Amino acid sequence: MENTQPTSKLEKMSTRDGFGVGLIQAAAQHDRLVGVCADLAESVRMKQFAIQFPGRFVEVGVAEQNLAGVTAGLALAGKLPVAASYACFHPANSWGVIRTSICYANLPVVLVGGHGGLATGEDGATHQSLEDLALMRVLPNMIVLSPADGEEARQALLAAVNANSPVYIRISKPTVPIHSSPNQFKIGQATQLRKGSSATIIATGLMVSQAMNAADILNNEGISITVINMSTIKPLDEAAIIKAAKKTKAIITVEDHQINGGLGSAVSEVLAEHQLALPFRRMGMKDQFGQSGSTEQLLAHYHLTPRDLAIGIKQLLKR
Amino acid sequence: MVVTHQLPLPIIEQKALQIRRQIIKMLAHAGSGHPAGALGMADVFAALYFHILNVDPKNPEWEERDRLILSNGHICPVLYATLAEAGYFPKEELLTLRQIHSRLQGHPHRHSIAGVENTSGPLGQGLSLAAGWALGLKMNHNQSRVFCITSDGEHQEGQTWEAYQFAYKYQLNNLVNIVDRNQIQITDYTKHVMPLEPLKAKIESFGWQTIEVDGHDITQIIAACETARFEQALPTALICHTVPGKGVSFMENKPEWHGKPPDEEQAARALKELSDE
Repeated sequence: MENTQPTSKLEKMSTRDGFGVGLIQAAAQHDRLVGVCADLAESVRMKQFAIQFPGRFVEVGVAEQNLAGVTAGLALAGKLPVAASYACFHPANSWGVIRTSICYANLPVVLVGGHGGLATGEDGATHQSLEDLALMRVLPNMIVLSPADGEEARQALLAAVNANSPVYIRISKPTVPIHSSPNQFKIGQATQLRKGSSATIIATGLMVSQAMNAADILNNEGISITVINMSTIKPLDEAAIIKAAKKTKAIITVEDHQINGGLGSAVSEVLAEHQLALPFRRMGMKDQFGQSGSTEQLLAHYHLTPRDLAIGIKQLLKR
Repeated sequence: MVVTHQLPLPIIEQKALQIRRQIIKMLAHAGSGHPAGALGMADVFAALYFHILNVDPKNPEWEERDRLILSNGHICPVLYATLAEAGYFPKEELLTLRQIHSRLQGHPHRHSIAGVENTSGPLGQGLSLAAGWALGLKMNHNQSRVFCITSDGEHQEGQTWEAYQFAYKYQLNNLVNIVDRNQIQITDYTKHVMPLEPLKAKIESFGWQTIEVDGHDITQIIAACETARFEQALPTALICHTVPGKGVSFMENKPEWHGKPPDEEQAARALKELSDE
């Protein structure tokens, strides 16, 4: 479904707020749902759930490995655990437990990594998780979701609790325009938000709204752009990528994450394996750590603004 | 419903001997694996499956069963041998240990065979999982108990202690952590690699009821688990002092037998010492 509204008029909601709303809704639907947290309930938006469902909220303290292990145990007891912390701790500190106790055992749990990406801002590089999509994408059985806005995050959580599989959802802090439609989200299905003939931007998470703004800029210059919201990183919507490669002349991927191992890598694997040779570029963090600054300052510094994306597209089209 | 086979002591001791014999045969046949810890825990496993645990081998997913979580997955030959002895699967299958397409993986996997409750191998994960399971059972108003087997070596993992503090906070009196205090780990004696003492005081300081027993005295093991049953709030740690390689003289108390299988001649000598005639 295409969203033709100007970005400036859209409602706004962060993915973490959307997750928080979805969690309350999912808890009302599923008696088995329990929330598990490692001392960050407020900032990952689990606090309202904890207030409304105190008997179903488990606080493990600052102990992410135990967070993952307890989550596995709760799933084995027939619960439907949703376990959240910051992505720079969970999965970063808990990965081995997620791998063995959760993924290999193929337990139905939802793991939520908050404060994803540069968008974490002033806390600096230590707290800007730029590797979580890569860490989770390599795990067998794991579904990896990276919603673009609050509405999509809400839907992603509702889909995840029904997935009967380990699922990772990356959420982040900034308030972003809602490009997603109600009842749109399906695991494994990309959404085409704009249709254009020149080039395609495949974006995920926060970068979807940046890509929409880039499309506006290019549209004013007479260049029509397809924008794809790749909110499922795994299983990847290969058909959407192949179609974009056949219908447009260039592809750029953009993510608030390392270009290695995340969306950019996943898309380039599909292009290479299908012998789809066209101008292609991965935009994101280029094998580097971030630093303190506002989200806007950081996106500008690391060349991830709508203007940077527009320049990138034009360079590719000139090749 | 209670279906525990509360067998008399001489029968449980006989079961432990059979479990030890199977461990030797399995490892010799596999040509790899971990004999010392497995042999050392044979009495504990016999006590668990033939007296303490409320389980039904014919109905392994029975909701009211007690759960046995093996955290130090490398001693799984003792788990497999015990499960086969208890009737979860045919004993003939034991000799497929560690072979391609076998249900008896080198480290235990939840979905591989009946009676294996969890996936484990990387040390330090099991007590968290057991605690989460124990909490989930309480939330479900299920009276079952959760028993976790941990090695002494994995008390060097920080996650083990994260789990201790968690279980105390949530008053998981349905959780028993059985610590195999066999004094060895893969490289050397634990006291040389990383000293653990005073282990009992450390666990007690995390708020747990902590009991020390001779891990080869089945009566003591059973009595301690009964004490745990009637504890009103605290989780219980049962430090079992065991002899690694127990029952095979040349393997006893030797770190080099942590992860090395017996060859054919050594297996024959071991089985002679473990004679069931």
